[in-house]
Amino acid sequence: MKDETIICRCEDITWGEIRQTLEKGYTTLEEIKSITRAGMGRCQGTTCRRIILREIARFCHKKIEEIAMPTFRPPTKPVKLGTLAGDDDD
Amino acid sequence: MTMIKRASVVIVGGGIIGCSIAYNLARMGCKNIALFEKNSLASGATGRCGAGIRQQFGTEMNCILARESIKIFENLSQELDYDIELNQGGYLMLAYTEKEVNQFKKNVALEQSLGIDVRYITAEEAKEIVPPLNTEGILAATFCPTDGHANPFNTNFAYAEAAQRLGVKIYNFTEVKGIKTEGNRIVSVSTDKGEVLTPIVINAAGGYSGETGKMAGVEIPVYSQRHQILITEPVDPLFKPMLMSFSRNFYCQQTPHGSIIMGFGDPNEPKGHDIGTSWQFAREMAQKMTAAVPLLKEVSMVRQWSGLYNMSPDSQPIVGEHPQVKGFYMAVGFSGHGFMLAPVASQLMAELILKGRTSIPIDRLDIGRFERGDLIIEPSVV
Repeated sequence: MKDETIICRCEDITWGEIRQTLEKGYTTLEEIKSITRAGMGRCQGTTCRRIILREIARFCHKKIEEIAMPTFRPPTKPVKLGTLAGDDDD
Repeated sequence: MTMIKRASVVIVGGGIIGCSIAYNLARMGCKNIALFEKNSLASGATGRCGAGIRQQFGTEMNCILARESIKIFENLSQELDYDIELNQGGYLMLAYTEKEVNQFKKNVALEQSLGIDVRYITAEEAKEIVPPLNTEGILAATFCPTDGHANPFNTNFAYAEAAQRLGVKIYNFTEVKGIKTEGNRIVSVSTDKGEVLTPIVINAAGGYSGETGKMAGVEIPVYSQRHQILITEPVDPLFKPMLMSFSRNFYCQQTPHGSIIMGFGDPNEPKGHDIGTSWQFAREMAQKMTAAVPLLKEVSMVRQWSGLYNMSPDSQPIVGEHPQVKGFYMAVGFSGHGFMLAPVASQLMAELILKGRTSIPIDRLDIGRFERGDLIIEPSVV
């Protein structure tokens, strides 16, 4: 994979940034998320989570099932504060 | 990394407090420091916090500590060679009640006497600083332009990596299981990866500092309490300062990234270690902030989470050595202000351990103040 390849499309995080984080010794999805913001955008990692898990597994010579998943945090889809507050017409 | 057998200092906790103490000890020449973190760095309160940094407090102790902390924050990216994303957009504290007006007048007089650049302003002036603000009900405000926020992950990792470059050994995913004392002195720390002999343990365990104290046989009068928080999608810049209200109970800021982070403290939150989330929180938060800044109705929340405040009886940290256990130091009970006070608290802790005295007097932050009845009550906390 090329360093310029975008892994997290919401936050514009490239494979190069993730590779450097792995090489520094941060090999959990939680750490990679905290350091690079990958998976913290609008889609909350729906797109990039599996790619990063696969690359962590490859980097650590482990099976993908052995890599810890990060915490899933609500909501499942973005929701307007106006809707949440209960005074929206949507 | 193989476990060391002997350390000069063992730090329990890899949050901002533990990592900044490790860095400051190493910077001041201390060798052979080990830090144990049961999860990954910043996985506890630090990585979950609102990341605000303010100097507007109601006690002289907090004002001085925060003022000095900001000075360190201002040069921290350079000092640690890591961008901590410091953004000094100020804190705008909103007064909605007469009681707050009176408190804010007192606070501003105190803060100004301590050299903090803060001013007491009208609701109209507040709206000039934050144009989308709904001024309805606002009686007055205070504004300190050098307050702000930083990225808590970056700051935590910046301290950790700088500490490691100075030789500190950081053991992630290593849980402290016991602290052994003999004749009221610390002798060793046992972990799930082995035992380390050490004369000094620093309790920087945040939400679990009470439990860490029990391992050394001492009762620390702290408790943990969940605080929830949410963040929106990134949007164009809407306002620069942190907005804060005590009576309406909220804080809200837009990060340089564009997302808007907001939280409040639930007065009915039980004590404990729950870090779950609730839709009731999200709804009430949305109601509070769309009332204060109506155009936020159109902005979407993307994530909510929670973390633990480690509360002390007077909402002030406990910093110092335990009088009954030689070598057992505490930097705990920051009561929601650990991130903002870490730069100064860690430096003072390192001075205390290595020199036996501190450049800013913090004798009153000792654990003995609760027995003496010498509490330092802070009126301005969320």
